[in-house]
Amino acid sequence: MSKTIAGAPTAATTPAGTPKSGGAPKEKLASRTAAMIIMGVSTLYFLIPIWWLFISSTKSREQFGSTGALWFADFNLFTNIGDLVAYNDGVYLKWMLNSILYAGTGALLGTLFAAMCGYALAKYRFPGRELIFNVVLGGVLVPATALALPLFLIFSQFNATNTFWSVFLPSIVSPFGVYLARIFAAASVPDELLEAARLDGAGEVRTFFTVSRRLMTPALVTIFLFQFVAIWNNFFLPLIMLRDQTLFPVTLGLYTWNSQVNQIPEIRTFVIIGAFLSIIPLIIAFLSLQRFWRGGLGAGSVK
Amino acid sequence: MQLKNSKRIAALGIVAAISLTGCASGSGSDGGSDAAADCAPSDGKVELSYTSWIPGIESVVDLWNEENPDIQVTVQTGPNGNGGTYKNFFNQLSAGNAPDLGQIEYDALPNFRVQDGLTNLAGCDIVTESQDSFIDWTWNQVTFGEDDAVYAIPQDTGPMAMYYRADLFEAAGIPVPTTWEEYAAAAAQIRTQGGYITNFPQNDVNWFAGLVWQKDGSWFTNDGEAWDVTLTSPESEEVADYWQGLIEGDLVSKVPAWTDEWNNAYNTGSDWTWISAVWGANSISSGAPDTSGKWAVAPMPQWTAGEEKAGNWGGSSTAVLKGSEHPYEAAKFALWLNTNDEALTMLNKEANLYPATKDGLSLPVLSEGVEFYGNQKIYDIFADAANQTNVDFTWGPTMTQTYADVADGFGEVLGGKGTLNDALTTGQDKTIAALDAAAIPVNK
Repeated sequence: MSKTIAGAPTAATTPAGTPKSGGAPKEKLASRTAAMIIMGVSTLYFLIPIWWLFISSTKSREQFGSTGALWFADFNLFTNIGDLVAYNDGVYLKWMLNSILYAGTGALLGTLFAAMCGYALAKYRFPGRELIFNVVLGGVLVPATALALPLFLIFSQFNATNTFWSVFLPSIVSPFGVYLARIFAAASVPDELLEAARLDGAGEVRTFFTVSRRLMTPALVTIFLFQFVAIWNNFFLPLIMLRDQTLFPVTLGLYTWNSQVNQIPEIRTFVIIGAFLSIIPLIIAFLSLQRFWRGGLGAGSVK
Repeated sequence: MQLKNSKRIAALGIVAAISLTGCASGSGSDGGSDAAADCAPSDGKVELSYTSWIPGIESVVDLWNEENPDIQVTVQTGPNGNGGTYKNFFNQLSAGNAPDLGQIEYDALPNFRVQDGLTNLAGCDIVTESQDSFIDWTWNQVTFGEDDAVYAIPQDTGPMAMYYRADLFEAAGIPVPTTWEEYAAAAAQIRTQGGYITNFPQNDVNWFAGLVWQKDGSWFTNDGEAWDVTLTSPESEEVADYWQGLIEGDLVSKVPAWTDEWNNAYNTGSDWTWISAVWGANSISSGAPDTSGKWAVAPMPQWTAGEEKAGNWGGSSTAVLKGSEHPYEAAKFALWLNTNDEALTMLNKEANLYPATKDGLSLPVLSEGVEFYGNQKIYDIFADAANQTNVDFTWGPTMTQTYADVADGFGEVLGGKGTLNDALTTGQDKTIAALDAAAIPVNK
C-alpha cells in the first residue's frame, strides 16, 4: 500500500512546481493514446483487486466460490457485516479501534515531533547539526522490520511487551518525516519572518506553533498521511510484540484469522469483509487530506 | 500493568530511539537440561498464560477459570504456528517471557525439543498416569520415544480417510476403491468420463507424509544421539512412485490446493475423491457447497488388501514451555483441556478439533450423522483410523525447511520436470545439510 503513494511526497518536496512543458508543441496523437492506455491499464490494475474485494464482501459463503468473481450475486453485504461484528464478541471492532488509535494518535504525535525536529535542524545553527541530520537520514534507510526484533528484546527488559505502548512508542518515530520537515521548513519558512516574530517578542516555541507550523502545513499533512499509512500497515512489529488479541491492530487480527482458514473455512467470509472495511479509514484519510497537498503545491509554485 | 510501568516505559522510549543496533538472538541448540521438572504444586493462587491460535479457545478457558479460582489462565493468541507464533515462542524463550503453555503441532515439537524450549513433565504423576487415556501414537509424539520424558499433552489429531462422491461412483458403476491398486484403476475409469479421481497438491507436503505414514514409513528417526533422515526410505519411494504414475498418466488434477480453483474442482464434480484428514470434512462442505449430500467417507485405500492402516495429517499438542514457574498447575490445566468431555466438545464445536483421547472419540457430537455426507456417521470411520495409525512415525527438527524443499521439487514435477523421488532426494540432502548447519547431530 505504502508503495502506491510513493510518488506523492516527491511532488510535495519540490516546491518549485512540476516543470510545465514550455511551448506545448503539438502532441502526437499516438503518444497521447499510448499514455492514456498505460494510465488506463495501471488504473485497472490497482482498482480490480479493490473491486474484487467489494464484490466478494457482498456475497454469502455459499455463493463466494460458485459465482463469478467480479460481479454481484445476492447482495449480502449488511448481513456479512452484522456477522462480522458479532463474531467472537465483536473483537473486530476492537481491532479497528486499536488501529485507529495506533495510527491516528501515533501519526499525530509522530508528525509533531518530526516537524519540531526538522524545523530545528533547518532554522537553528548549532554544532553537530549536520551529524544529527545525517544520523536521521541513516534511519530512513533502516527498514522498520529490521528493528522489530531488537525492539522486542528491549521491551522485554522492561516487561513491557504485549502492551499498548510496545506498539505505540516505536510508531511515533519517523526519520523520513524529519527529513521532509527539514527540507520543507528550509524552503517555506523565511528567516525574515522569524526575525520579525522575535522582534515582536514571541518566544521560540510560540513562533513555531503560530507562524512556522502554518507555513509548513502542506508538508505536515504529507508526513501525517505517510505516518498514518505506515502505522496502519505496520504488521511485523505488532506480530512480534502482541499476544493479547484485544490489543491487536486490524492487520494482525485479519492475518490471524486468515491463518485459520484451512481448518475453519467459515472465517474466510470474515477475513474478506474485514479486509474491505479496514481500507475504508485509509480512503477517508486520503480523500479528506488530499486537498491540502494540492494547496501545498500551489503555494510552493507561486513563491 | 500499563500505569505501573509508565515511568519505565518513558525511559524505554529513549532507549528504543537511541538503540538502532540489531542484536541476533540465536538460542543455542545445546541438549540442555533434560531432567524432568520437579512437579510440586505451588502455594496459593496461580496465574498462567496460554498461547493458542484456536478460534474460540477463550470460551473453553473461561469454563476452566470458573471452576478453578486458584489456577487462573489467560489466553493469548496469534496466527497459526508457522504463520508466526512459533517464531514468537522462540523470541520469547530467549527473552525469558514465554507463556506458561503453548500450542505446538506435532511436526514442530522436535524443533522445540532440540532448542530446549519445553519443560519435561515426566515428574508429574498426573501426567504419566494419563498416558493410557491418549491414543497410542500421540503419546509417542510427545515423548519422542525417550524414557522418563513427556514434553507435551496431545490435543488433537487428523486421522485420514477417503472422502468420495458416492453419487458419481454409483452412477458410473465404479466400485469404491479399497486398495491403492483399485484406486489407480478407478482413476483411469474416471478419466475416461472426463473427471479426475483427485488432486495432487504441490504444497501439502505433510499430506504426502501422511500417506507415507500409512505405509509404515517414517521420515526421521532418532536413536538418542543423532538423527537419521529417511525421506528416501523404500516405503517413501514406493508411495512416490505410485503418485508419479498417476501424475504421468494425467489421472490427477494439479491445481494448487486451498484456492478457489481447487474448491471449484470439487464443487463442479470434476474431482471425485480426496484423501484427507478428519478436519477436511469442513473444507469440503464450505468449498463445495453445491455437492451437499453427495459425499461419503470410506477408509483410506490399503497397500495390501484386507489390511487396516491409516495415516495422519495434522494435529497439535499443548506444551509447557521452558521457564514456566508452575509446571504442575500448567500440566493440570493442559490435561483438563484435552481430556475433559465438556472441553473436548466445546473445542470440537468451536474449531473442529478432533480429540486425541480414546474416550474422546465417542463423544456425542462425534456420533451423529452429518447431513453434508448423506447423514453418514463419518466420525466412526475416523475413530477407527485414529486407532489404526502407526505409532512409530517421527518428525524432524527442521520440518519447515523440509516441507519447503520437497514442495519446490513437487512443483517441478507438476510442471513436467523430474520425479517425486527426485524431490524427496533433494529434500533428503537439504534436510541433512540444514541439520548439519544447525549443529544438530545427523547421520550422513
